[in-house]
Amino acid sequence: MNNIVVLPLLIPVLTGILLALFRNNVSLQRGFSFFSFFLSGVVSLLLVQQVYNEGIQILEIGGWPAPFGIVLVADMLTALLLVTTSAVSIACILYAFKSIGEQRERYYFYPLFHFLITGVNGAFLTGDLFNLFVCFEVMLFSSYVLLSLGGTRIQLRETIKYILVNTTSSTLFLVAIAYLYAVTGTLNMAHLSVRIAEVGQTGFITNVALLFLIVFSLKAALFLFFWLPGSYSAPPTAIAAIFAALLTKVGIYAIFRTYTLIFYHQPEVTHTLIAVIAALTMILGGIGAVAQRDIRHILVYNVIIGVGFVVSGLAVFTSTAVTGSIYYLIHDIVSKALLFLLGGTIIRIVGTGKLKEISGLIHNHPLLGWMFFINALALAGIPPLSGFIGKVLVIQEGLARGGSNSGFYCLAAVGLLSSLMILYSLMKIFINAFWGETYLSQDMEKGTTRGLLLPCALLTAVIIILGLGVETLYPYVEQAANSMMNPNIYIEAVLREVV
Amino acid sequence: MKPNDVILQTVTKVASFIILTFSVYLFLAGHHNPGGGFIGGLGFACAITLLFLAFDIKKVREGLPVDFTTIAFTGVFIAVATGMGSFLFGKPFLSQTFGSIDIPIIGEIEFATAVIFDTGVALAVFGTALSIIYTISEDSSIWKR
Repeated sequence: MNNIVVLPLLIPVLTGILLALFRNNVSLQRGFSFFSFFLSGVVSLLLVQQVYNEGIQILEIGGWPAPFGIVLVADMLTALLLVTTSAVSIACILYAFKSIGEQRERYYFYPLFHFLITGVNGAFLTGDLFNLFVCFEVMLFSSYVLLSLGGTRIQLRETIKYILVNTTSSTLFLVAIAYLYAVTGTLNMAHLSVRIAEVGQTGFITNVALLFLIVFSLKAALFLFFWLPGSYSAPPTAIAAIFAALLTKVGIYAIFRTYTLIFYHQPEVTHTLIAVIAALTMILGGIGAVAQRDIRHILVYNVIIGVGFVVSGLAVFTSTAVTGSIYYLIHDIVSKALLFLLGGTIIRIVGTGKLKEISGLIHNHPLLGWMFFINALALAGIPPLSGFIGKVLVIQEGLARGGSNSGFYCLAAVGLLSSLMILYSLMKIFINAFWGETYLSQDMEKGTTRGLLLPCALLTAVIIILGLGVETLYPYVEQAANSMMNPNIYIEAVLREVV
Repeated sequence: MKPNDVILQTVTKVASFIILTFSVYLFLAGHHNPGGGFIGGLGFACAITLLFLAFDIKKVREGLPVDFTTIAFTGVFIAVATGMGSFLFGKPFLSQTFGSIDIPIIGEIEFATAVIFDTGVALAVFGTALSIIYTISEDSSIWKR
């Protein structure tokens, strides 16, 4: 029992409620928001250290033991993602202070933001499949409102599509959970793992696993990403950034969790399929990113490529590849948030996202330009920045496994190709927007960057530190991958008394 | 022509009290029998909605000048904060305990910390249900104001 495990869930939810009660006091809302994410960050760091020293931390809510009650489980993967989530939320909330506008601030922007993070943290922490569904819903409901908050035409149009897609996938999620419960009689993830290992992963269970894959792919924008480009380019920058950074990643986390802990017995079926769709996602996302001529759309397709790459690490399914995947996942959360914040700042300055109409920003905004450049390099995987190590590990392992199954050569090749596409699409923005003749003098600009560069600088610093501090971080990430590849570690931590 | 709602209003005056009493009963029964905070709060909201229908929303609001969203959020806050009370005793989140006190004449009464949690749930449900009804009964969008 360790009550710290529940704090990353409780801090945002309590702050959200309090802020909703004081919705007209904007400065209080800002101060509290920052403080609460800072606090969750500190608590999450504490959790990382505890997990590192003492192994997986669990909390049986209400004192009900594991397969009967609901457990919160913090293993290293969860703890690392919690820290990253806090860092990204701090940056996005700082960006929102200066950019979101007072009207949205008064209409529950901060409470909704907190409830969104509550859902995200809850999804990372929970050890129960139905509870995972609940946390997904908490996250999605906040995202529906955040997406439509402000009620502009494009937002409302995209919100309807977004809600329809997500309601459908949530229904499928529930159906899949019902199937699984009918077969195994439990929804506790550790218990599920034990029972499926006992009876063997039959054809029926593999089918259910694939249904889960469809559900999580819809949420993670893995191959089924048709809904993403529209809805992620509609909301204001701070909201789009937190969506791009976190929402798809929760889907990825769910795929990671279910396919390493529960459905890992038939990798020749499930993981092969994951490999195929990961490769397709990277290719299609890459084509989209290269083809677009609008900053928003290029960025949105970059999210899709990132999802494909992270999941391809899982598809390779060796300890080192999963380590690489986790590295890349953490990097992707930070750098996608940064990318959207920077892109949003460019659009704010110029007033349009069309690349043709933007030029020569580097003269008046050198810092913005260089941060964009650094982030583009990080996303493409240039050392010593944060994207490098993840790409190296995943592609190396892909090539190593290519000897026995040549499909992995293709996966590695697609991974490398996707890096090139990322680099090309982002350099296109960089060259068009920052090089060339300066069209806009400083007083002709549509918006100011005052206060907006601080959060971007924070995230850029994180990217550089993640890149340079790879060695320091390695034991932590290795532990995360280790406990993912050996489900028994997780099971023993959760079902200590029962099994 | 102005609709005649004498019967509705007269029945409501009596019925709303019965519904309110029944909701309180349901709320308290919830610890061991069917009932609890959720259904209790919903019953309470039903009574107020009936008043809304029979009389005017404006009139009811004059007698009940509270902000329903505030009630809802206060309710959730109470529920979560009660869950955190267990931290002080080194027990897991949402742990509950109970004890009984022997009172002369009335007899033994059981007290459970879950009731405080349930109060929060009831307030949350009550506030949410009524703020939904109140919002859809207005014709102008809140955003415009």
